[in-house]
Amino acid sequence: MAEQPARSPAELVAVVEAIIFVGDEPVTVKLLADVLDEDRQSIEAAIEQLSAEYESREGGLQLREVAGGWQIATRTEFHEEIRDFLKTRPSAKLSLASLETLAVIAYKQPVTVPEILEIRGVQSASAIKTLLEKRLIVTKGHKETVGRPMLYGTSKEFLLQFGLKDLTELPSIEDFEDLVQ
Amino acid sequence: MPRVYFDCLASSRLSVFALEFLPVQPQPEKYNFDFKKETAEIVAESRDELNLKLGEFAGPLDLLLYLIRQEQADIFDIPIARITDEYLNYIRLMKSLDIAVAADFLVMAAQLIEIKSKMLLPRDPLAEEDEEIEDPRQELIDRLLEYEKFKSAAQMLYEKSTVEQAVFARGKIESDDANAEISASVFDLLSVFQKVAARHKEEVKLEIQREEISLAEMIRNLKKRIFEDAELSLLAFFEEMHSHRELVTAFIAVLEIVRTEDVKLIQKKTFGDILLKRVEPAHS
Repeated sequence: MAEQPARSPAELVAVVEAIIFVGDEPVTVKLLADVLDEDRQSIEAAIEQLSAEYESREGGLQLREVAGGWQIATRTEFHEEIRDFLKTRPSAKLSLASLETLAVIAYKQPVTVPEILEIRGVQSASAIKTLLEKRLIVTKGHKETVGRPMLYGTSKEFLLQFGLKDLTELPSIEDFEDLVQ
Repeated sequence: MPRVYFDCLASSRLSVFALEFLPVQPQPEKYNFDFKKETAEIVAESRDELNLKLGEFAGPLDLLLYLIRQEQADIFDIPIARITDEYLNYIRLMKSLDIAVAADFLVMAAQLIEIKSKMLLPRDPLAEEDEEIEDPRQELIDRLLEYEKFKSAAQMLYEKSTVEQAVFARGKIESDDANAEISASVFDLLSVFQKVAARHKEEVKLEIQREEISLAEMIRNLKKRIFEDAELSLLAFFEEMHSHRELVTAFIAVLEIVRTEDVKLIQKKTFGDILLKRVEPAHS
């Protein structure tokens, strides 16, 4: 854009909301800044303002940060009514083995199959297959060691399905030690 | 059946106590691994995948942790003989219920037995009095602790995904590209159908080829054909054969029939077709 569009802060908040609303995936601050030709600070300020508005309104929607972007979604309180309306049921849960494998991959990534076996004490081939099919994990090249085993890591889909902003939002694995004892 | 099993399980444990030289935990009053109760729990909460189910432990470490907790034992001071016995009993139970025991469970069983036997060995009398003895269980303890952290992490992920399933984002904006159901054209459908039809044809062909015929049958057929038609083209006869094997059988049948019957091989011109022809028996 050749000219800097002169938007008032209120207008910026409004257009940011509109774009987040139409986005199929969570919209990143960078993308908003590029499309609207604004700097990051203005966008972040607008999102903060918008977020506060959603909070104080106490409506059916929330503005939330997930998988590195922003998304407008329903509040959890209304999930039963929404399911009744959509006539859907919660999708099949992952098996215990798959969840364990996913936990090891999430915390140890990039990680190889033998390393997962070492922690879980059991072959994880079918769990890895399931996770790949569900696009929760992706291959991350080969490890430069004997046999060049495949490395696995979590995907963006993982962040989306588990409602995480990014991997740093996962509690530290050492925190679980206190729970264990 | 399981009831009976656990009765003998409990009695087998008594013999173990004699071997146990570690300070034994106060023994629980009743054996609390109740098969029937466990099963009832599964029925009640069958949708909760994280509930431990018999025969569906996520792995040998998972089973081991479960047994240790059942025994209310200290993870840093595992009563190894007792736990090993219960672990082995569990594997026997899995086998008796026809649940395939994964190799990983057997590896763990071997490791447990190894640790148990190491612990039964008396201390080396020549060793220094204050020499640090490594606990044979240490490696197992480390692994269990490490595993348990990831088990808790799996629980956390489970909770997160459950919460996440209660959140709905706006559905995708309707477009032909976004809608998987209508993004395929009639022609896509046709080509898929053709592929399936072609594959089906191949399969049927294979089934027909499986017919095998014996030499005796082949000779009988051949004789019948010659005696009915008086003559038979060898080329036509060979072309009727479906497999290499049948072709060889047919060839041998031809040789045999020429030798034993009043049949002659006639070739009218060089490289021409060969006819099998019945001739009048030579009265001599």
